[in-house]
Amino acid sequence: MAESLVVQTLASVVAASSPLVFAGIGETISEKVGVTNLSLDGSIMLAAMTGFALASLSGSVWVGIVGAMVVGALIALIIAVSNISLRQDQVAVGFVLTLLCADLSSFIGKPFVRIPGPSMAHMPIPGLVQIPILGPIFFNHDMLVYLSYVAIALTSILFKHTQPGLKLRAVGERPEAAFARGINVNRCRYLYTMLGGALVGLAGATYSLSVKLGWSYRHTAGFGWIALAIVIFGGWNPLRVAFGAYLFGALGSLASILQPSFPNVPTQVFQAAPFALMILTLLLVNAEFIERLPLYMPKFGNALQRILQGKPPAGLGKRFESD
Amino acid sequence: MHIELQNIHKSFGTVHANAGISLEIREGTIQGLLGENGAGKTTLAKILSGYQRMDSGNILIDHKPVSFGSPAEAIRAGIGMLHQDALDIPALDVLDNFMLGSDTSLFLSPRQAKLKLLDLCQRFGFALDPNTSVNKLTVGERQQLEIVRLLALGVRVMILDEPTTGISSPQKVLLFRTLHRLASEGISIIFVSHKLDEIEQLCSEVTVLRQGTVAGSVQSPFSTSELVMLMFGQQFSVSPRPGITLGEPLLELDDAAVSSYRLNVAHMNLSVRAGEVIGLAGLEGSGQQMLMRACAGITPLAHGKISIHNHDLTNRPYQEFLQLGVSFVPAARLEEGLLPGMTLKEHFALLNGSEFVINWRQAEEIAQRQISEYNVVGTPDTLVQSLSGGNQQRALLAMLRPELRLLILEHPTRGLDIGSSRWIWEHLLKRREQGTAILFTSTDLDELVEYSDRIVVFSSGIMSAPVDARQVSSESLGYMIGGKST
Repeated sequence: MAESLVVQTLASVVAASSPLVFAGIGETISEKVGVTNLSLDGSIMLAAMTGFALASLSGSVWVGIVGAMVVGALIALIIAVSNISLRQDQVAVGFVLTLLCADLSSFIGKPFVRIPGPSMAHMPIPGLVQIPILGPIFFNHDMLVYLSYVAIALTSILFKHTQPGLKLRAVGERPEAAFARGINVNRCRYLYTMLGGALVGLAGATYSLSVKLGWSYRHTAGFGWIALAIVIFGGWNPLRVAFGAYLFGALGSLASILQPSFPNVPTQVFQAAPFALMILTLLLVNAEFIERLPLYMPKFGNALQRILQGKPPAGLGKRFESD
Repeated sequence: MHIELQNIHKSFGTVHANAGISLEIREGTIQGLLGENGAGKTTLAKILSGYQRMDSGNILIDHKPVSFGSPAEAIRAGIGMLHQDALDIPALDVLDNFMLGSDTSLFLSPRQAKLKLLDLCQRFGFALDPNTSVNKLTVGERQQLEIVRLLALGVRVMILDEPTTGISSPQKVLLFRTLHRLASEGISIIFVSHKLDEIEQLCSEVTVLRQGTVAGSVQSPFSTSELVMLMFGQQFSVSPRPGITLGEPLLELDDAAVSSYRLNVAHMNLSVRAGEVIGLAGLEGSGQQMLMRACAGITPLAHGKISIHNHDLTNRPYQEFLQLGVSFVPAARLEEGLLPGMTLKEHFALLNGSEFVINWRQAEEIAQRQISEYNVVGTPDTLVQSLSGGNQQRALLAMLRPELRLLILEHPTRGLDIGSSRWIWEHLLKRREQGTAILFTSTDLDELVEYSDRIVVFSSGIMSAPVDARQVSSESLGYMIGGKST
C-alpha cells in the first residue's frame, strides 16, 4: 500500500511538473541562442488564459493548445523584434511585457473565470503503462505530459547531434564567430526565440487544460519566475533543466506531504524550502571547486565537471550587427 | 587562384581606412601586408574575406569580378581569414568548432569529422585533442584549429592577421613551416603583420600600407631600411642605452612562492635596485605573470617574503603596495587596465580619489595636459575603447603617478608597431633615470635583450638566476626559454 502511495505521488509530481518542463525547455532554447525572454511569468499566464478560453469556445482542447502556442510565439516575437531589430534592452522589454501580459490575461479572461471547461483526456499508453512502477509513474497521464517528454528528448538531440543545434549554440556563444561560419545570426535568433516562446505558451495551456484546470485571476502567477530560475539551475542543458523542473515539483509535493507531520513548523517554511534549496544548488554549481575537480579526481573529474558545470551562453543578451 | 584588388575604398566615419588600395596576389605565394597600427591592413583583410563591405572598388578572382556579402560567400569562393583574435567559440570543444558550419546535413557526423580533423592535424604536425574545450587551448593551438578548419572548407587563399601575436616560439616555427608547405601546395597566403623580421623571413613579396594607401611593393630579398622607410616615411636610429648608476636595493624577494591550481612557482629570489630594468622571459604561463602579480601586491605569497623600499609587505593589502609607489600595467588593457564605457576625462577624475565632489574643470585640464604630453590621439571626451592599442597604452602610462618606485608592465608593447613601441620605451627609460625600477615581460626576445639590465627566465614555474642582459643574445635567450641550456 505504501509503495502505491509513493508511485502515486511520483506520478503526480511528473504530471504537475510538465508545464515547468515546457517553459524551462522553451526558455533554454531562447537563451541558448542568446535572447533572454524575461516575460515568462506573463506569457504563461496569457497563454493559459487563451488556451482555456479557446478550448471552451471551440470545444476542442487542441484548438486551445495551438492558440496558446501562438500567443507564446507572438510575445517572443515582440521580444525578438525589440531586441534584435529595434535594439532595445532585453531586461526592460521583458519586464514590461510580463506586467502587460498578466494584466491582459485578467482583462480578457474575465468571462472565463471559474467556469467549467474542457480538459485533456486521460490516456494511459497501452503496454508501457503495464511496466511495474515506471509504467504508472510515467505512462498513466494525458497527451501533454507525453509531449513534455518528447520536448526534452528532441531538444537534447537538437543541441547535441544536429548541425542546426550546433549553429544555435554558436550564435548564442559568439555571434561574430557564427557569422564568420556562414550563419544568419539574426534569422537564427528570431526563429529559436519564437520556438522557445511557443513552448512557453504550451506551458500555459498545460496549466489550464491539464495541471491546474480552468482559469482564475492570476492563475499561474509565479511559475514563470521559477522556470527562469530552473534554466539557470539546469545550466542551460535540456536534460538538467527537465531534472530541475521535476526536482522542484518533487520538493513541492514533499513539502505538502511532510507538512501534516510537523504541525509546529509554519507552512511557509515548506513553501519556501524548494527556493532555498535551489539557491544552495546554484551556489554549488558555480563554486570554484568544480573548476578544480579534474585535479582532485584525475579519472572522472573532467566528466563530472562537464555534468556539474553550467555556464551561461557567452553571447546572451549580446547584440549582433554585421558591418 | 589569382586575386586582384582594384582601388579599394573604405571609410569609418571620418577615418579613411582604405583610400584606394590596389594589390595583386599570385597563386601559391606568401604575400606580406606590412604597415604600422592603423595603416588599414586589417580593414583590407576583412574586405577581402567578406567581413566588411567596401565603399567602392573591385575584387577580381581569376580575372572575374566578385563581391562578397558575408564571410560565408568568401569562403565559398575559396578565401578564408584567420583573425588576430581567433573567431572561434570558446565554450564548444575542438570537434564542435571544427564541424560548425562545415556541412549542410541535419545530423552531425562526429566520427567522420574527427577522422578528417586528426588527418589534417597529422599532416601539419598539430597536436589538437578533438574533445578538449577550446577555452583550454593556447592562442597558438586555437590558430591551428582555425587553419585546419579553413583547409577542410577548401579555401585556396588564406589571410592571416598578425598571426604571431601571443603564440610561443615553437608554435611560430610550426606556423611558418605550415605556411611554406601550404604555399607549395598552391595555396596563396596573405600574411598581415607589422613585424619586419617576420615579413623578411617568410614572404616572397610585400606590400607596405601607410595611412590607408599603398606605400610600395617590394620583392624579396628585402632591405630592412627600405621597408622601414616605406612603413613610416622616416628612419629610426637605434637608441644607445644610457649609462645609469643604479640606486639602492628596492625590491627584495626572499624565497618567495606563489601558487595557483595551475602552477606553483617557488624559490624566487630577486633583488632589484632603483633604476634597474628587469626583463622576465619565458613562454606564456610559465610563472612570470605570477611573479609580477605578487610584486604588485595582487596575489598573496604562499611562502617567503617580499619587501619594497625596506618595508616588509608580505601578504599586506594591495593598498599598501600602492602607497609605497608600486604600479602595475596589465597586458589586458581594456579588461584590467582601463574602464570601457568611460571617457579619458573620467579616468583622470578617478585618479583623484580623495575628493568627494568632482572638479570637472580640473579633470578636463589634467586630461588635456596628459593627452598632449603623452601623444594620445583623442580628446578628454573620447571613450577609452575607441582608442587604438597604442593610444590605450599611452593613456595608461599617462595615468601613472609621477613618482613611482616600482613599475611592473605586462607586455608593454604587445600589438604595437615600431613607432609606438619606441615611444613607450623612451618614456619608460626616462622614468628609470628618475630612479624607478622596472619589471616587464615580453615575448619579443629582442625587446628583452635591448632594454633589460638583467633578465630572468621562467620555465614551467622555475625561475632562473638573473643573467646580465649584455651577455646574452636573443638566440641564446630563446634556448634558455626552451629549457635547452643553462
